[in-house]
Amino acid sequence: MTDRDPFNLTCPVPIGQYATVLLAHGGGGRLMQQLIEQVFAPAFSNPALDARHDAAIVLAGPVRLAMTTDSYVVKPLFFPGGDIGSLAVNGTVNDLAMAGARPLALSAGFILEEGLPIDALTRIVESMREAAAQVGVHVVAGDTKVVDRGKGDGVFINTAGIGIVEHQLTIGPAAVRPGDAILLSGDIGRHGIAIMASREGLQFETTIESDCAPLVAPVLDLIAAGIDVHCLRDLTRGGLASALNEIASSRGCSIAIDERAVTVREDVQGACELLGFDPLYVANEGRFVAFVPREQAARAVDALRRHAVSSGAIVIGEVGEDPSKLVTMKTRIGASRVVDMLSGEQLPRIC
Amino acid sequence: MKYVDEYRDGETAGHLLSAIKATVTRPWTIMEICGGQTHAIVKFGLDELLPETVTLVHGPGCPVCVTAAEIIDEAVDLAGRPGVIFCSFGDMLRVPGTGVDLLSVKAAGGDVRIVYSPLDAVALARRHPDREVVFFAVGFETTAPANAMAAYQAKRQGLTNFSLLVSQVLVPPAIEAILSSASNRVQGFLAAGHVCTVMGYTEYEPIARRYHVPIVVTGFEPVDILQGLHMCVRQLEEGRAEVENQYSRVVTREGNEPAQRIMGDVFEIVDRNWRGIGVIPNSGLGLNAEYSAFDAERRFTLSPPRAAGEASPCIAGLVLQGVKRPHECPAFGSACTPEHPLGAPMVSSEGACAAYYQHRRRH
Repeated sequence: MTDRDPFNLTCPVPIGQYATVLLAHGGGGRLMQQLIEQVFAPAFSNPALDARHDAAIVLAGPVRLAMTTDSYVVKPLFFPGGDIGSLAVNGTVNDLAMAGARPLALSAGFILEEGLPIDALTRIVESMREAAAQVGVHVVAGDTKVVDRGKGDGVFINTAGIGIVEHQLTIGPAAVRPGDAILLSGDIGRHGIAIMASREGLQFETTIESDCAPLVAPVLDLIAAGIDVHCLRDLTRGGLASALNEIASSRGCSIAIDERAVTVREDVQGACELLGFDPLYVANEGRFVAFVPREQAARAVDALRRHAVSSGAIVIGEVGEDPSKLVTMKTRIGASRVVDMLSGEQLPRIC
Repeated sequence: MKYVDEYRDGETAGHLLSAIKATVTRPWTIMEICGGQTHAIVKFGLDELLPETVTLVHGPGCPVCVTAAEIIDEAVDLAGRPGVIFCSFGDMLRVPGTGVDLLSVKAAGGDVRIVYSPLDAVALARRHPDREVVFFAVGFETTAPANAMAAYQAKRQGLTNFSLLVSQVLVPPAIEAILSSASNRVQGFLAAGHVCTVMGYTEYEPIARRYHVPIVVTGFEPVDILQGLHMCVRQLEEGRAEVENQYSRVVTREGNEPAQRIMGDVFEIVDRNWRGIGVIPNSGLGLNAEYSAFDAERRFTLSPPRAAGEASPCIAGLVLQGVKRPHECPAFGSACTPEHPLGAPMVSSEGACAAYYQHRRRH
């Protein structure tokens, strides 16, 4: 070391200006937001899309329909607690549910890689059938393409869904109000850790199963119970932290949560400690947050707890007055910190 | 979770904070060495709870931040070559050298793989005898034994297609470099618990004596850090300068002797260039003569390091030495963010600037 201060470091290439698509662009973090802002939004901008909700609302005469689509590229295809098939149905059905819609029908597009065992495909399709039956929807349209070996990971599935909105509420970030209570439907981080553990062959004392599950029933019950639901968001890639940041950012509000209220199962916490992950950013496939008026929070929690999938529902925080778009968290030892959006995916740490 | 929850307990933390407040009579500046500690301090908001007279500055203990740009350039060069499988710990992938980062090499078709253990890379070499497998051996004394074990195993198994690109660094020479700098303001240190788990803490004793500075071996949870700080300010207030061990549930004075032995068998002490700081003599490890066949820098002809880039407002060097804190940088949060980093501490999640940005932006 020398005393020739200050040092002028070599300037690393700005990470936001990659000329090619990186895996990190698919991580659900800030890089993906940039892709949306810079590539997709300018091309497709329209009021339904610009609402930036999990499902778009389109009008068919007096009827409000919800529409969404999602593609599934998970590796491995089968994992503890689910498979790509159940994921492809539940993920899309859950996006419809986040608009407060009752799912009506799904489409399924399959991109199959040459060499995929028919037996594996049959299992996946059977799993989709079961998942669809569980929420009472049918797959009413489909498509199949096959690509050369090496050009796909066994199977990629795209599903699109249509649902009907049978209430008068406007659910989405724009409806969020200062003072709203934020409910979380259960413990977080299981799906991401389950996938990571089976993908990388990491062994823990217990098998961590994905939380992959449909969220339609608790959401529709919440609305049926007369709760003025302001916003719903399922926690997928990027986890709880990204979901809250997206909402704070599109609504232009601040959000404060309490670390002690956020449940992380001990085995999931252990795996996160080991890998250097923050469970706030780990993926889920059966969890959501609900923004409801503060005075209705207790009733909303009761309604959610009647369903197994949301039996762990709890109030984790509230929406603040200031328009800073920041998400903050009161830590277990009583200080407060910002919960930021990640740039890309979390990467396992060196030490 | 056992061994975690009790060290994140709000009530215990409160008691320790009161004890620190009761002890401190004047301003002190203390440096935590390790990036993991920096991250915990900022993540749990510990520094917000401390009395204003206790200033924490953040040390150079983030391997991702201090790995020299030219070594990353070598990694980028190797990883882009056909026939090479380049293995790295995950968080090195996002750090650019003077040009691109390993994520970009991967996107351009390079075979870059994240491994969780260097032995996974050895296994890859065994499975792919027709490919050259290179492992990016970075880190402090914590990663050195396992990385040494990879070289040892590769040699024992007679592998001829495995090598390590080594950029191992050592903590004690960095502490000495900071203490002997004219701009130093650090009066006490929290030494890195994990490093001392391997090395013990005998090598810190002469430093504490020579520079008359207290050094407390400290763990990584909030209660550990507060207890370490309490021990450190007590020493400062009493005018003592000793090595104390807060992390005694893990660390012994002698450390992990078998781990030290394998490091000694495989590595030798070398000078090392620290990103943002410069060359510190005898501050790194490189493969010794017996293992030179496994040294990627000798095995491959690597492109010479590029010239340093243009001047930038980044003060990473001062941040890494504890002279300045991240938010004192004019570029912090404006010109320099995790998406547009001007310096390495903004790139790694354990870097002080990234930790401040993530958890502290509102200030």
